[in-house]
Amino acid sequence: MSEALVSVKNISKTFSANKGMFGKKKFVHAVNDVSFDIMPGETFSLVGESGCGKSTTGKLIDHLITPDQGEIWFQGKDISKISDNEMRPLRSEIQMVFQDPYGSLNPRMKVQDLIGEPLLIHTNMTAGERLKKVHELLGVVGLSPSHGERYPHEFSGGQRQRIGIARALTVQPKLIIADEPVSALDVSIQAQVLNLLQQLQKDYNLTYLFISHDLSVVEMISDRIGVMYLGTIVETAPKKELYANPRHPYTRALLSAVPIPDPEKKSSRIILQGDLPSPSNPPSGCLFHTRCPHCTEKCKCERPQPVEIAPGHIVKCHYPDIQETTK
Amino acid sequence: MAEKLLEVKNLRTEFKRDKTWVTAVNNVSFSINRGEILGLVGESGCGKSVTSLSVMRLLARNSKISNGEVILNGTDLLKEDKKGMRNIRGREVAMIFQEPMNSLNPCMKIEKQLTEAILLHNDFSKEQAHQRAFDVLKSVGIPEPEMTLKSYPHQLSGGMCQRVMIAMAMSCEPELLIADEPTTALDVTIQAQILELMEEIREKKNTGILMITHDLGVVAEMCSRVVVMYAGRIVEEAPVKELFAAPKHPYTQGLIASVPKLGSGVESLPSIPGSVPDLSVMPKGCKFAPRCKYATDICREKEPELEVVNGIHKCRCHHFKELGKEA
Repeated sequence: MSEALVSVKNISKTFSANKGMFGKKKFVHAVNDVSFDIMPGETFSLVGESGCGKSTTGKLIDHLITPDQGEIWFQGKDISKISDNEMRPLRSEIQMVFQDPYGSLNPRMKVQDLIGEPLLIHTNMTAGERLKKVHELLGVVGLSPSHGERYPHEFSGGQRQRIGIARALTVQPKLIIADEPVSALDVSIQAQVLNLLQQLQKDYNLTYLFISHDLSVVEMISDRIGVMYLGTIVETAPKKELYANPRHPYTRALLSAVPIPDPEKKSSRIILQGDLPSPSNPPSGCLFHTRCPHCTEKCKCERPQPVEIAPGHIVKCHYPDIQETTK
Repeated sequence: MAEKLLEVKNLRTEFKRDKTWVTAVNNVSFSINRGEILGLVGESGCGKSVTSLSVMRLLARNSKISNGEVILNGTDLLKEDKKGMRNIRGREVAMIFQEPMNSLNPCMKIEKQLTEAILLHNDFSKEQAHQRAFDVLKSVGIPEPEMTLKSYPHQLSGGMCQRVMIAMAMSCEPELLIADEPTTALDVTIQAQILELMEEIREKKNTGILMITHDLGVVAEMCSRVVVMYAGRIVEEAPVKELFAAPKHPYTQGLIASVPKLGSGVESLPSIPGSVPDLSVMPKGCKFAPRCKYATDICREKEPELEVVNGIHKCRCHHFKELGKEA
């Protein structure tokens, strides 16, 4: 097996949430003991509901925040504890595409300056060379060079996301962290952007960490998937295995909750009771036990350890063999 | 045949923009029967929310309804004055909005917000109103109604807020419920809970529901009939099974094809090229022609009429007869 491009080992991150001046200090456990590897050229996806820590994990890998515990290895180097100065040369290797194409582009900069800015920082190109590169990239993402003269407000959501992708591509990164890149877009545009991302992966041999809440989008684009719940990964598996044979009760509930766009197929939904528990006060034992339909005493007090039940298929559950009874 | 609850005829709504009037909703007609869920689908900017706000007469000042009738239970809502409309809103027709967190008043306790409508429409004492508020909260599945009544919106989760919104809408037992993207801001497992609740309300109270959404999965699971809108016009109307099995309009076909389907294992998606035209620079002829792969000269010259395909299946396309055969 080849060397992993990114290797995340037991990282944790807590944020402090102060309750007033004299209140007791509270901590939000955003990411809790998360480990995974991303192989070169593959797409690894993190799925989960809002507040499960998937975006925080993305930011940790991009060194926008540093973990409290654990290590993050990128190309054989531990980047979790290095300083911002040491990180700077590595920034050209890891690029991000953000969720909100309206908020992530500076409205006062022309598109060509937006896309060209990483080149200004990371290379010694002259202005002419930069412009040539920008025009080339605009073509790659399906825009025309004349678009470079315009400002972001003149573009639609889908076009802005293309600009964001072009900007990420300028410095020829190895890893692209895409944090919900299509969730702000309409379906017909979403398909365009997803297809573009796949095409670029082939052309530039990119590795993606794809963060999304939408299981049907994730299925289309990923090779392997990690399902997150309350800051931990509860199940990791290759795509086909996860969709055909989900073993964690949360994954099963999540999959069954997705509405199927086919009125002939009445889905048997597993309706989870209640809401996500607060990450500042996570439940004891298995984090999912408050909503799990198969919860036992053991689940309430003992935290399950990851078990590899099939090659590459890791589950954190005491009873991965229980079959679901759907109504 | 079921009883007609709401009938919208030739509705036309215009907005003032830069001193000119642009048409957001053009010649829209549809009807809802008692106990029926009608889906109104389309991408952002297609006029689906404006349609619902026109029905509620909740449009902003810079807009006007220049033509049409909105007949609810035999009365034309467009002819009602402000006071008459206030009596109808809440009692006969109520609305659930997209963002539950932003649609509740953050400075008012849930109890006050809920009893406000109850006291306005009924001759209740405060105790009776409190009891009714308690009952509706219980009926929408809120575990501790008494505590929830005493909370402020920020103390509740998104799913809980949406339940409160539904409780508020149902508190005066309206005959028509307009749900504008009721689950878009929610996570899938919470979405499943809310959809289940709406289905339950329809069954118990025989409420007619206008479900506005961009999510075809939600439509397939909930609705019995669907209206597809594009650029302010209805392009197709059909029973839900027929729409998904044999969509006639090229836009509907593209829309259904571009939704990633769970478990289908596809690697790339067909997408619709281009994006939705701006309201002020609408193309001549068929509004979809610039993005349509079947467009011919007649499409670019003359706008097609909404024609009957068979029974209640209608389509606005010059070529749907030829297209039906090959699709």
